Parts: sequence; C-alpha cells; structure tokens
Amino acid sequence: MSPSRWLAIFASLAVLAIGVSACGSSDDSASSSSGSLSGQIAGAGSTAQEAAQEAWIAEFENENSGVTISYDAVGSGGGREQFIAGGVAYAGSDAALEEEEGELKKAADRCSPGKLVEIPAYVSPIAVIYNLEGVESLQLDPETLAKIFNQEITTWDDPAIAKDNPGVELPDTRITPVNRADESGTTENFTDYLSEVVPSIWSYEVSGDWPVKGGEAAQGTSGVVEAVTAGDGAIGYADASQAGELGVATIKVGSQYVEPTPEAAAKILEESPEAKDLAKTPYMFPFELDRKTESQGTYPIVLVSYLIGCTQYGSADEAAIVKGFFNYVISSEGQAIAAENAGSAPLSTSLAKKLQPAVDAIESSS
Amino acid sequence: MEAQVDTTTNAGQLLAAASGGRRRWGDRIFSNFAVAAAVTILALLAGVAAFLLIQAMPAVTASSSDLPGGKSLIDYIAPLAFGTVLAATIAVALAVPLAVAVALFISHIAPRRLLLVLGYMVDLLAAVPSIVYGLWGIFVLGPAAVGPMEWLEQKLGFIPFFEGPASVTGRTMLVAGLVLTVMILPIVSAVAREVFSQTPRKLQEGALALGATRWEMIRMTVLPFGKSSIISGAMLGLGRALGETMAVTIILSVSGIVTFNLISQANPSTIAANIALDFPESTGLAINTLIASGLVLFAITLVTNLGARAIIARQNIQ
Repeated sequence: MSPSRWLAIFASLAVLAIGVSACGSSDDSASSSSGSLSGQIAGAGSTAQEAAQEAWIAEFENENSGVTISYDAVGSGGGREQFIAGGVAYAGSDAALEEEEGELKKAADRCSPGKLVEIPAYVSPIAVIYNLEGVESLQLDPETLAKIFNQEITTWDDPAIAKDNPGVELPDTRITPVNRADESGTTENFTDYLSEVVPSIWSYEVSGDWPVKGGEAAQGTSGVVEAVTAGDGAIGYADASQAGELGVATIKVGSQYVEPTPEAAAKILEESPEAKDLAKTPYMFPFELDRKTESQGTYPIVLVSYLIGCTQYGSADEAAIVKGFFNYVISSEGQAIAAENAGSAPLSTSLAKKLQPAVDAIESSS
Repeated sequence: MEAQVDTTTNAGQLLAAASGGRRRWGDRIFSNFAVAAAVTILALLAGVAAFLLIQAMPAVTASSSDLPGGKSLIDYIAPLAFGTVLAATIAVALAVPLAVAVALFISHIAPRRLLLVLGYMVDLLAAVPSIVYGLWGIFVLGPAAVGPMEWLEQKLGFIPFFEGPASVTGRTMLVAGLVLTVMILPIVSAVAREVFSQTPRKLQEGALALGATRWEMIRMTVLPFGKSSIISGAMLGLGRALGETMAVTIILSVSGIVTFNLISQANPSTIAANIALDFPESTGLAINTLIASGLVLFAITLVTNLGARAIIARQNIQ
C-alpha cells in the first residue's frame, strides 16, 4: 500500500477516536443549589441495598437540590474494590471489611490521613418462603430447615416436619428447595445462619455461592420468589419484603417460633457483639451476628449491610456530602424510608445514637 | 485484499481519466474508507481475542485452591461447556427440521397470498428481544411444560434424557432448549428459504415432467440444491444458541452438574448464563476465571463456524 493510503487509514481511525473521547467527557459542573450542599459524589456496592439507596438518594437530593449522588449496584465485592481504588466516595457492603488479602489495610490507606468509617445501615430479614397447597402456616426448627435445604428431607410429610407442626395435615408432595443461582449476600447470610446454628448438619463452607447441588436455582430474589410461586411443594429464601402472597415459615429460636418481622430482625444487632478485631478505628462498627441467640422475639436470619467511608476526603464539598448523606441514612427518617421502599428493618434509636459519633467525625471543613 | 484494492483503484483511474479527472477523488476516498473498515474489523477481532487471552491468564496460572469453588479451571469450565453445547444441540436438532419444513412451505407449497404474510411472521420471530423470550419461557412455557414433562418421566423414564424426577417449576434444560429453538428458527429458515426459491426452474420442471410427485421433485432438486444453505443456516443458528445469554439465565435452574437428564430441576449451566449470573458479585481472580470461560466459548463458536465453512466449501466444490 502506498504511504498516502496508510495516512488516510490512520486519519480515519483518529477521527473515530476523537469522536469516542468526545462522547466520554461530560459536563461535570454542579448546577446552582438551593441547599447548603453542592456537588456530586458516587457510591458503589451491595445489590441488596439498591432499593434503599435509591430511596435515600432521591430524598436526600430533594432536600439538597445542588447535590447529585449516584449509586452503582455492582455488588459488595466490587463496591469495596472501587472504594479502595478511590473510584467512589463510599461503598455499600453486605460484609464488614476483613483482614483477608490485606483489604482492611488497603482501605485504611485509601482514607489516610483520615480514618475509616464503617456503619451498619441496612438490616433486612431473610424469610423462608414456601408454596404448599393446603398448608397455611409452617413452623421449622433449624435442624429441619438445614435438612430440607441439603436435601436430606425430601417429602413434606416427613416426621421431622410433622414434629414441628402438630395438628397440621402435611401432604406427601415432593420438596423442591429453591436457591439463588447467582452469587449473593442473601445466600451468604442464610448459609451462615445454618452453619452457625446446626454445624453438624450444615457442614458446607459459607459463601455467596449456594453450596448444595441438585436443587432448583433461580436468578435474583425475584427469580426465587417466582420459582417458589410456580412450583407446588417448593421452598426458598428471600428478602422478607419480597415474599408477597407466599407462605412464610416461622423459625424456632430458643423455645419459640419467630416470624421475620422488621422488629425481630433489628433486635439481632442489640444481641450481637461488635467484632472488635475488625474495628481498626473508633468509627467502625462491624458486628459479629449472634445467630445462635435464644433471646425471645429475635429473628436470626438477617442480612446486615454496611456503609463504608472516610473521615477525610480530598475536597471539603465531597466530605460534606458524604457526612450529610450518612447522617440522613441513619436518621429515623432515613431508616423509615428504607423500610417503606425496601422492606428493611429500621435501626433501633439506641444503635443509631451509638453510630452518630462516626458520622460526626467526618470532617466537612478542611 | 491488496490485489482487489489495486484493481478497483485502476478501474477508478480509468474512469477518472475518461471523465477528465473529476471522479478520481471520490474513488480514492471510497477505496481508502473500505480498506479502513476491513482493517478495523480485523483489529477488533484481534483485540477481543487478545483481551480474552490476557485477562484469562491469571486464572490459567493460578493454583486451583484460589479459584472459585476450589476446583481446577478445567473442572470449573467443563460442566459449563457441556451445558452450553447440550442446550445448543437440543435447539439445533429441533429447529432444523422445523425450519426446513417452514422454508419449503413458503418457497414451494404455500399459496401466494399466505406466502408473504407467513414470511413476515417468521422474520418477526427474529425481532423479538431475547429477554422477552426468557420471560415467556419462565411465565408461560415453563409452567405449561410441567404436565408433559411428568408424562415423559412416567412413560419414557427409561431413556436417560427423561429420567426425572420432573421439575415442578418447568425451569429445565428441555424448556430452555425449546425456547432457543424458537429463537433460532427464523435464522435457519430465512437462509434456507432464500436458496430454496433459487432452485433452477429447469431442474424442477424437468423432475415434474419425468413424472415426479411434488415431494419427489422437492427431494430430488430443491433439497440437494439447498443442502449447503441448510448447513450454513444451522451453523448460524448454532452460533446464536451457543452464545444466547439472557433467555437461558432467566429460565434455567442451574446446578453446576453434568447430566443428560433434561427434565429435572438440576441442570448444567451454560457459559454465557454463568457469566451473567456470577459477574455482578465477582472480584479479582473470580473475574479472570469467568473471562477464561468466555475464552472457551469464543473458541467453541470459532471452531463451529470454521467447521461450517469447511463443510459448505466442500459442498460447493462438488
């Protein structure tokens, strides 16, 4: 080919490249604000928090018209990674920061010279949902629950189920256990509960991936709800707020069978000790959930999701927005909105009071 | 490529000379643009392959205990590749006879008025987004298939495909395969139809004149003439079925196992569906592992396409 022709090729490629980069740049200038805060920040992380985040952000932006917050529900792991890399101002995570792979240290470095902030912001009960014709209410103890999900118990008229449900006529329908097909915090918390409470029956490693093969698997909370709705004899686990018309099993805690109500779920944080070894700053509140609790009226199968941020940011504006936003999230108003829109369990006022210093520590003026 | 470009340029120069040099620039721009487009395609393909290779490398070199599930990379990908091929095979096996029948009906049997409408209808099937097929599969076809699948288990349970126990939700490999069948039907039949209708009239009339019935005429002239188009249509369909993501992700109840049992609740996943399911919550090495599985899918589709081209090339020589 002649040089002039090559030149033309490169020229056309160059034009293409310029066109693409032009599309990439956007107008970042903040619009005029009526509130005291202005600017924009980004957060990323937990998909479980997504509905709550959307509600919080909408309301917060309403009150501070100069503020834009974007939350990308990439998943907890991705959120922590982006936070550490400095890509986002805060992360939403279904697990507290851990020592593994130096995560805690890297996160601390990201905030340096400021300090890490980690507060539980979203507590959601995970309900055991079932679809069994003619059975209106179902009581399960943890052993039976674990045996149903590891496929040891295969029919509904099994003596173990009958023992938990005196007086209930159980059909001989085959049990179809439904689990999440995608990796999820819901699965992780559900299996964590089983392995904490009945380790002799549930010997699998706890992870976001469902460990038992051969069950029915569906994508996302909506997929599990749909599969349980469709199959007679199906049983699954999903955010309590999404259970809809399906039957919800009560779970034996101590000597009682407890329903997955928001109050019962919020109570677990009061029962549980803080994981002191994972709290590297006074502003971190990682919880070691006490799944084995026998305390009355506590529902132990819950998902606790955290907000992770720093006490100092590059710009005072950014810090002020993070502070304002975190403050709003743990306020009774913010918790009520999440409960309404995402079916979460509001934090107790005593816990919110305990978390307040962490939010106050964010330095809004440099 | 070079030779072709030069001929067009020469022809352009001749034309330009004839018209007094005015058209020369237009030809230049056009030929340069065409070359640039061709180079971009090659660069894109090479870029995608390079991306997959580079990103998959960490998963290939990592020790198996660090990979998701603590299994070796081959153990991780093999069931997925199996599921991918199984779902696509069901789809192609069901879609090809159906598509050929539809194509023959449109090209040789249907009355003229019906022909146009039916042709459009089949093409419209291709315009339905795959997510819609997925929703249709999970809300309509799946529940409707529960009864027939129980029947299959009872009557034909001795065949490994229908061993059961039949799923109560209908989210099985068989249903996923059926949805894929509907999805690739228009592609296969459009390619076949186009070639069937080009069967030389002389051949067809000759066969009829020799006393062949309509079916014999089709069997002796149309089908042999359209053989390579059926194969290339089937391969195009196979390509789509292999890579189909959303419909399978929504419908299939996946369990990471290898089984030929098509009607139970435990099914092998497919590569594309597995990536869609696990990518959102994956980080670090888990992402490299998913990309490595993507590389395998890329290789499978590449091999199928090359195989199809080889078959068609041999057909054409004969």
